[in-house]
Amino acid sequence: MSDVVEKTLSALPSLLSLDSQAGAGKLSPSSKLGNLIKGITELTSKHEEETLIKKELESIKEQVASPNTTMRQMKEIMVRAIYCEMLGYQASFSYIHAIKLAQQGSVLEKRVGYLAVSLFLNETDEFLLLLVNTVLKDLQSTNLIEVCMALTVVSQMFPKDMIPAILPVVEEKLTHPKEIIRRKAVLALYKFYLIAPNQVQHIHSKFRKALCDKDPGVMTASLHIYLQLIKENPESYKDLTGSMVTILRQVVGGKLPLDFNYHSVPAPWLQIQLLRILAYLGKEDQGTSEMMYDVLEESLRRAEMNHNITYAILFECVKTIYTVHPKSQLLEKAAECIGNFVLSPKINLKYLGLKALTYVVQQDANLALPHQMTIIECLDHSDVIIKRETLELLFRITNAQNVTVIVEKMLEFLRLTCDDYSTIDLVGKVAELAEKYSPDNVWFIQTMNSVFSLGGDVMQPDIPNNFLRLLAEGVDNVEDRQLRLFAVDSYVSLLQGETAKLPQRFLQVISWVLGEYSYLREEESDPGSVMRLLARLLDQRHTSTETRSWVLGAMTKLCSSPVSVALARDVCERYSGSLNTVLRQKAQELMILSQDTKLRARVLPAEGRLESPEVDSSLSFLDGYVSDALAAGAAPYKSPHQRQEDLVQEKALSLEPYGLSLPVSLSSCSITDRRSPTLLSMSSGLSGNSTELSHQEGSTTLKLEGVKRVWGKDGYLAQQQSAGETPTPLVELPSPLLSPQSPPSQKPSSGLEPDQEKRQLASSLFVGLGSHNSVCLMGRAETAPRHFRRKPRGESSSGASEGSSDSSHSSRSAAVDNLLHSNLLDSTTVASEGGAATTTTPQQTSQRTLDHTTSNGNPHVEGTEQRVEAGGPLSLIRGNGMVAVVPPTHTQTDPQTQQDLHPAPALERPRDLPLTSHLPAELSGLARSEFTPLCSDQDSSLALSACRVYKEDALVLLVFISNNNDSALHQMVLQLTCKELEISCISGSPLKEVKGHSVSVCLHTVVMKRASVQVELAGLLSYQRPLGQPQAAQFSLSLSLKHFLRPLTVSTGDYGKMWLSFSHDLKQNLRLVTTEHQEPLTATLDALKGKLHLHVVDIIGSEGIVACRLLQGPGQGQPCLLHCRVHADSLAVWLRSPVPELPDSLLYHCQKALTET
Amino acid sequence: MQFMLLFSRQGKLRLQKWYVPLSDKERKKISRDLVQTILARKPKMCSFLEWRDLKIVYKRYASLYFCCAVEDQDNELITLEIIHRYVELLDKYFGSVCELDIIFNFEKAYFILDEFLLGGEAQETSKKNVLKAIEQADLLQELWEPPQGWLSELSLPAST
Repeated sequence: MSDVVEKTLSALPSLLSLDSQAGAGKLSPSSKLGNLIKGITELTSKHEEETLIKKELESIKEQVASPNTTMRQMKEIMVRAIYCEMLGYQASFSYIHAIKLAQQGSVLEKRVGYLAVSLFLNETDEFLLLLVNTVLKDLQSTNLIEVCMALTVVSQMFPKDMIPAILPVVEEKLTHPKEIIRRKAVLALYKFYLIAPNQVQHIHSKFRKALCDKDPGVMTASLHIYLQLIKENPESYKDLTGSMVTILRQVVGGKLPLDFNYHSVPAPWLQIQLLRILAYLGKEDQGTSEMMYDVLEESLRRAEMNHNITYAILFECVKTIYTVHPKSQLLEKAAECIGNFVLSPKINLKYLGLKALTYVVQQDANLALPHQMTIIECLDHSDVIIKRETLELLFRITNAQNVTVIVEKMLEFLRLTCDDYSTIDLVGKVAELAEKYSPDNVWFIQTMNSVFSLGGDVMQPDIPNNFLRLLAEGVDNVEDRQLRLFAVDSYVSLLQGETAKLPQRFLQVISWVLGEYSYLREEESDPGSVMRLLARLLDQRHTSTETRSWVLGAMTKLCSSPVSVALARDVCERYSGSLNTVLRQKAQELMILSQDTKLRARVLPAEGRLESPEVDSSLSFLDGYVSDALAAGAAPYKSPHQRQEDLVQEKALSLEPYGLSLPVSLSSCSITDRRSPTLLSMSSGLSGNSTELSHQEGSTTLKLEGVKRVWGKDGYLAQQQSAGETPTPLVELPSPLLSPQSPPSQKPSSGLEPDQEKRQLASSLFVGLGSHNSVCLMGRAETAPRHFRRKPRGESSSGASEGSSDSSHSSRSAAVDNLLHSNLLDSTTVASEGGAATTTTPQQTSQRTLDHTTSNGNPHVEGTEQRVEAGGPLSLIRGNGMVAVVPPTHTQTDPQTQQDLHPAPALERPRDLPLTSHLPAELSGLARSEFTPLCSDQDSSLALSACRVYKEDALVLLVFISNNNDSALHQMVLQLTCKELEISCISGSPLKEVKGHSVSVCLHTVVMKRASVQVELAGLLSYQRPLGQPQAAQFSLSLSLKHFLRPLTVSTGDYGKMWLSFSHDLKQNLRLVTTEHQEPLTATLDALKGKLHLHVVDIIGSEGIVACRLLQGPGQGQPCLLHCRVHADSLAVWLRSPVPELPDSLLYHCQKALTET
Repeated sequence: MQFMLLFSRQGKLRLQKWYVPLSDKERKKISRDLVQTILARKPKMCSFLEWRDLKIVYKRYASLYFCCAVEDQDNELITLEIIHRYVELLDKYFGSVCELDIIFNFEKAYFILDEFLLGGEAQETSKKNVLKAIEQADLLQELWEPPQGWLSELSLPAST
């Protein structure tokens, strides 16, 4: 303590009496800075400050430029420059001097130099290159302080490309005798890993050494790297689980030096880091999770002190417990813990409690029930952050019964907030809930009206698009008509009022809907009324040009009656002279179509507008025109690629700046051109006019896209039909006041006590979460009116209904679980299977039910199985003594091939034999995967392995059944089931038996029904030993999309044609692979080609085109095209395919393949 | 952690440390926005803020606000304790620290921060070790400075 006092005392005079050190005209560092600071504090206006700083900067500039300035003075000057920058004034002229100071100064001056560099510069700054040599020199210095400084600056910022220059020296420091150096070196490597992961790949073994370092500080530092590594790839680090658990146990047990205690809690930072790592390791992995249950429980128990830091640990612990494979006892404790947070009077803890609840209600919405009153209070909390988090929580527990109340609360919040960021977010959520759970048409349209007026022009563009699609979608049944009619009516009344406040996006939606569906109401009102409203809107000053073009588009559809035609002519006269080309074109269209009734009927048929028009994407109807033009001497069309090449070649002649910039803009323009052929003609007129081409283009494109893209063959239409079978279920009303239809605004008028009001609000908010709802929760999909459900968005953002089934069972008994699962997967088998399955453990259930569904509930398997991931470690089927199988009564069409067997030598176990020798001859020459052990029973008498053979037109899955026992296997039946796959046995008679010590093979061809990233294949082998009971072995195998991909060999020309005809596209930036020998683009495409079996069609300049197909039965395949362009240091990839799922799944694998290289 | 800001009740920036590469313009915009938002909040309110896609954790010590930006999945409470530990370190180093210490010795405050947090991650959480590292570097300063002071006291030209 005394030394600190001393230091303070010694520092004081320099602070307070600014002149104490000034002597002999020598510049004293503190005085100059002190004067500056003092000067600034005395000023009163911003303007004065500006003048002063400007003067100061001038003088600094002069001094740094002077050759007489010593490094010592430079250090002082630099501190002042930092100060000026902090106040917000540019001192960029001093950057280079900061580097100089770091280069040339003595240790002390260096320190300031490095500090200035780290504050002034950015990772991407080119100035940093000048620092590389200095850093290298300092790293090799014998002065520890210099080494420390160099490592400190390196861990904060370093040019990515220069990492190899200093990497060996930094690596060397990992074995330095001083722990502070080792620690900083580890953190420097962590930084390198973050910015250039592939460059530090070779030193992973050294990271392990750091993890085992005797100094706790170094070990803690290494955990930063491991957290990152494990987060990205948990599978590879499962073996560390034991060590992490041990470390955590030691920390929790207080085995670390007392230095690391923080408010008498042992190393809280380390604990939290470890808990986060454990969460990643134990996620969806029962075996690993089991290893950590004890230590998690201990962490919970030990963190009992009432201090923020223990709450921090508790919070992390709860998060981990809910992430790893569930254990009911722990979950109970964690839930209790969350309760304490929520109920805490401390606002920070309350906030975290709510946040934790939002996590956990996704698994079990009942957890929110005990906190109803608190949640209600938080809903009216004075702190907007708490309110916001509460709404987030409510969003997660929304169901068909409470949707009206929750949405009302969200809208209330939205009306008050002025923060764009939360507006965008909340508006999206309201729209999602409205689509998913809307109780009726009126409510839906009203809610969406609020969404559009509140979300204004900041909301995500997909909200209006989806809404219009939803309206346009669907068979023309009564319900759809009503929805549309209601929308039309409500918009008409909106337009009759004041329109100035309505956002442009909303007006566009209104015009489109009125254009499409006004005919529904025409019988009851005079035909020109809608037209007149639109015309009024058109003339209003606040209506934007873009909206005007939508309005004109709508008018074109409406001008059928004589009144309307007259009105249209009026409008056309005014707008056909508009300066805006789009408006002018629209007005022209309106003019012509309103006068020519026949043409209009052909172009815009009143009924059946929803059917997507046939698009001739090859533009063949233009062939005649093109050949005429060519004959007349026009230049032939050049593809964008060619044009770009030409430009590159011409570069020698053209001026340098143009040559450089033109190809980029051209190619980006060409991409928009190719989006849709119908846009082609437009874009020339539009260029530079608007960024949102598709919006400007108007309703026709929207309609075309909407119908074609999202509502694919099997997506929404199927649901629509099933919704037709089960008419929109109306919700049972717990009490008249709480009915979903009654808007909550009625409540205040009922004159209830405030407390009672809250109670009522609670019951309307939490309706649907009660005790009877454990099933309802899981099967929420059934209770929701399907009409408004939309698949893609529901899954990604709320995931509460479907995704959580795996981990939700913990707190309930196994039997209930089973029911839930069965219910989820196949409701027909629940009644018969529920009783038989009561003895099973939760983890089996998912697999078991799969089984039930596929075999119509016939075989009852009892025993435990383990899932085996492809390539994973060999695991045993436990409890084989208890296995009891009732063989399926109907053996289905499950023929199996028996291969010619080579009897194995008696001493050798067949499993150890190379299974290669059992490969059928016709497959032996083809590319194949490794052999994956699937399962084996306890005494290894039976082992199953799998192998994939990649045939050109199919994926062949081979299952090897190795019988290692003397006795033969009889009555063998192998069933492979997977919903997403089409599995067919290749040939041969059904396999019936396998002799002792032999191997037999079953061949299946496997095809994906629809593209998905990865699928799980479940298998069941039932068999019987002589004199034994029937037995069964279960296994699972995961197959990834890449196994089903094959190169698609097409010419560049064909590629171009195909590209235009595919409608589903996806864009994303990917990482570029860099190697020494190749161009980044070539290297990246080669990596993709190697890993995913893609075909590189062509590489031109900085662009490359790639094609592949997804196997789909013999002679068929779904193509997917990739267009890759190098953009800065990433690869912009654009995928197109005729099927919606393929680009998505393929992109996932591309990303994965590139991160692995 | 993405960045750390220290500012006074008057909204004057006292320290800024950015752990993610951002342009000067973005930095200025972010700090201006945040200072405004945080100063507008009442004392009894939550120390956490959702701001854009980041989580802001802030705490006020006397006239100074300490504010950190972390990612959404990070632990807010431990971030609060990072701030607290930093304040403890400053306190120990300066001896009951006040805003003036940080204003006049902001480079020291930066040095301490760099020993405590490196690249946005907690580097060393042991108070003793952090201060030891700082003292060692400072020691150097003392070895260099006394002759200097002594020379200037004698009104002799400094030999640098």
